[in-house]
Amino acid sequence: MTGYILKRLVSAIPVLLGITIIVFLIMAMIPGDPATAILGSYATPENVEKLNRDLGLDKPLFQQYIIWLGNMLTGDFGTSFALNRPVLDEVLERFNGTLVLAGTAFVLCSFLGVVAGVVSAANQYGAADKVITFVVLLGISIPSFFLGMMMILFFAVNLRWFPVSGMWPIYGDRTIGVLLSHLAMPATALAVVATGVIARLSRSAMLEVLRQDFIRTARAKGVHERGVIWRHALKAAMVSILPVLGIQAGFVLSGAVYIEIVFQWPGVGRMLVDAILKRDILLVQGGVVFVAACYVMFNIAVDVAQSLLDPRIKT
Amino acid sequence: MSLFHVTRRSLMATGTALALTFGAFAGAQAQTPPGVLIVGQIAEPKALDPAAVTAVNDFRILMNVYDGLVRYKDGTLEVEPALAESWEISEDGTVYTFKLRDGITFHDGSAFNAEAVKFNFDRMLNEEHPYHDTGPFPLAFFFSSVESTEVVDDLTVRFTLNGPYAPFLSNLAYPTGLIVSPAAVEQHGADIGRNPSGTGPFTFGEWRSNEAVVIEANPDYWDGAPELQAVVFRPITDANTRTAEMLAGGIDLMVEVPPVALSEFQGDAYTVHEQAGPHVWFLILNAKEGPFADVRVRQAANYAVNKEALVNDVLEGTAAVAAGPTPPAFAWAYNPDLEPYPYDPEKARALIAEAGAEGAQLTFFVTEGGSGMLDPIAMGTAIQADLEAVGFDVTIETYEWNTFLGEVNPGLEGKADMAEMAWMTNDPDTLPFLALRTEAWPDQGGFNSGYYSNPEVDTLLEAARVATDQDERARLYKEMQVIVQEDAPWVFVANWKQNAVTSDKVENFALQPSFFLLLDEVVKN
Repeated sequence: MTGYILKRLVSAIPVLLGITIIVFLIMAMIPGDPATAILGSYATPENVEKLNRDLGLDKPLFQQYIIWLGNMLTGDFGTSFALNRPVLDEVLERFNGTLVLAGTAFVLCSFLGVVAGVVSAANQYGAADKVITFVVLLGISIPSFFLGMMMILFFAVNLRWFPVSGMWPIYGDRTIGVLLSHLAMPATALAVVATGVIARLSRSAMLEVLRQDFIRTARAKGVHERGVIWRHALKAAMVSILPVLGIQAGFVLSGAVYIEIVFQWPGVGRMLVDAILKRDILLVQGGVVFVAACYVMFNIAVDVAQSLLDPRIKT
Repeated sequence: MSLFHVTRRSLMATGTALALTFGAFAGAQAQTPPGVLIVGQIAEPKALDPAAVTAVNDFRILMNVYDGLVRYKDGTLEVEPALAESWEISEDGTVYTFKLRDGITFHDGSAFNAEAVKFNFDRMLNEEHPYHDTGPFPLAFFFSSVESTEVVDDLTVRFTLNGPYAPFLSNLAYPTGLIVSPAAVEQHGADIGRNPSGTGPFTFGEWRSNEAVVIEANPDYWDGAPELQAVVFRPITDANTRTAEMLAGGIDLMVEVPPVALSEFQGDAYTVHEQAGPHVWFLILNAKEGPFADVRVRQAANYAVNKEALVNDVLEGTAAVAAGPTPPAFAWAYNPDLEPYPYDPEKARALIAEAGAEGAQLTFFVTEGGSGMLDPIAMGTAIQADLEAVGFDVTIETYEWNTFLGEVNPGLEGKADMAEMAWMTNDPDTLPFLALRTEAWPDQGGFNSGYYSNPEVDTLLEAARVATDQDERARLYKEMQVIVQEDAPWVFVANWKQNAVTSDKVENFALQPSFFLLLDEVVKN
């Protein structure tokens, strides 16, 4: 097992290196430079050249890349042009925000999705199955940003149950309750689509398992139906549900961009969008590399978990 | 009916259950505290160092923490004394001597004096200065005419310019000219942007990244302590979310209300503020080649575009029709006799026929957004329709803002016949000097991307820049505006009216034509 994990970790190195090259080249190739973005109307060629020199962007590309990579290996991600603070501070703080949001949404959608899928499968073509299928398809069909805006309008502006935006109030203590009241709407809006997908795929995974011999055996030997479904069948179905959860985790993480913008959530997705528009090169590069590294690690973790569940998967 | 009833009740029940689960929803939903003004800003500020920033968003905070030597008189763009009590300008317009106000200290306790003024300008302009590396200072060129800054005595400072430069005083009133505490720069170095110290009505409180910047009243302010206890600036990037926060009572003052959201604030609970600023939205016409090389076709375009419809329908009244290159907000330099080109498609067609440009194909550069660009895609499409109605064949090419600047600033030659553009400036000199003179063609480092050239305009603008008498400058600018309007190097479209909404708990608030946010008189109940 340790050997397998090590092997996966080593194989992640070229992936990460490739990501640094790609993100660096993209930022170098897209039109417009930070100096033009900073100067706006006053971007005369002379001013742009001077500012680019001050920002260290007048060196050859290859040299810039090597300097950036070298600094990054020593833990120095540089300073954001647009925010004037260390890239790593900003990314870590924002990533924390995204983790809280996406993590809550992930727990929400995994739990609700699997339960809905199992209930659906256990009552195939029954009333519960039909209702769940209808609700789930509705959820999949609504764009999350639209749902978010409607939730703000209804629950925050009209009913005033929840705050409109942000992660913490401007005043008052930072208690878990206050955080939850800020989290409720964005996490729900973010979880809806993923819940639907997980519910549909858990349903088919369960149906497949329920047709197998060992389920008939379990029933024949008199196991209570609830035990058959939740203990025997679900455990077997988890092998195919787990990778779906892994994919949905990625989906929730990337879908967080829209939700972060709508709810003004201080997360890494909104940070990247702002940074791209401002041509904040170092922040984009540092942010993308950091997020990509997290993705890679997460995928490795899912693979390892899967091989633990199903000993046949071992390479 | 009964089904509906059940559904609604169960929905309410579910909702209440949810709300109870998430519980403890105190705080954010409560009303904002009295004496504390919460401002919904459009973005996270970059830094609170006036020498290092360029965005209006940052200026809105800075103007309340710092003072400059001079400032704009309330409600105008005319300069009045601030940290300087008075000044003298030498006969030839190259030496400015300022007498400073006595007994003023920075928020960090250090004294404001002539040395401090010299420190600020040397830091920006002199590469040898020990704190020049706390930059970069992107707008330092506002003071590129300054040759030296000397301390005459403790309360007298003298600037020597490399030639007469009339906009110098209004550049000093711009945020780039705000005075920072030298002691704070020495203590914090480049981190001064997060540890600001000035002489203004508010002192810096705290900056929680991506959440809020808090400033607190300075009871010892030389111009009278502010009414408010504190101001909280919250960055809320999305305009819809900002609107929702305002409606839900999470903020007391909202800037840059999207035109479509204005109707939400009609009731007594809100006040909508509007103020025309030194902004002009125009179309650059390529006067070097193609159909617009003929002045008649350029005039035809001015007649063909229905500017009234643009400002009233597309922009929902958040802008006024522009008559010429100078915005009316520069009251002293604006020529009130100028009438905008009327909407007259017949006349446009006649001029086009006269010039033999019927059915001319035009390439039109449109941007997706950008500072001061208002609603560029909708406006571009409406303009395209107007021009096609008089017989042009217009193709739109759309670019993201930074890419757009990269295409337009180097000149339109060989690429396009027209392009959208907008400018906000602090002096009537800036825009025409940078974008209408022959010597401002892109190959000479200017912004005259449409290659307009009229020696008469060049002479007037050069003369206005070196004249020190404001009446003389005004006369020259007014004359320039008449000629430029006639020559039609641009289609003059709109002057943006900045807007803001305040709740009924806010009193004494007024927007400034400078687009800055001045809060020292504001009351919050």
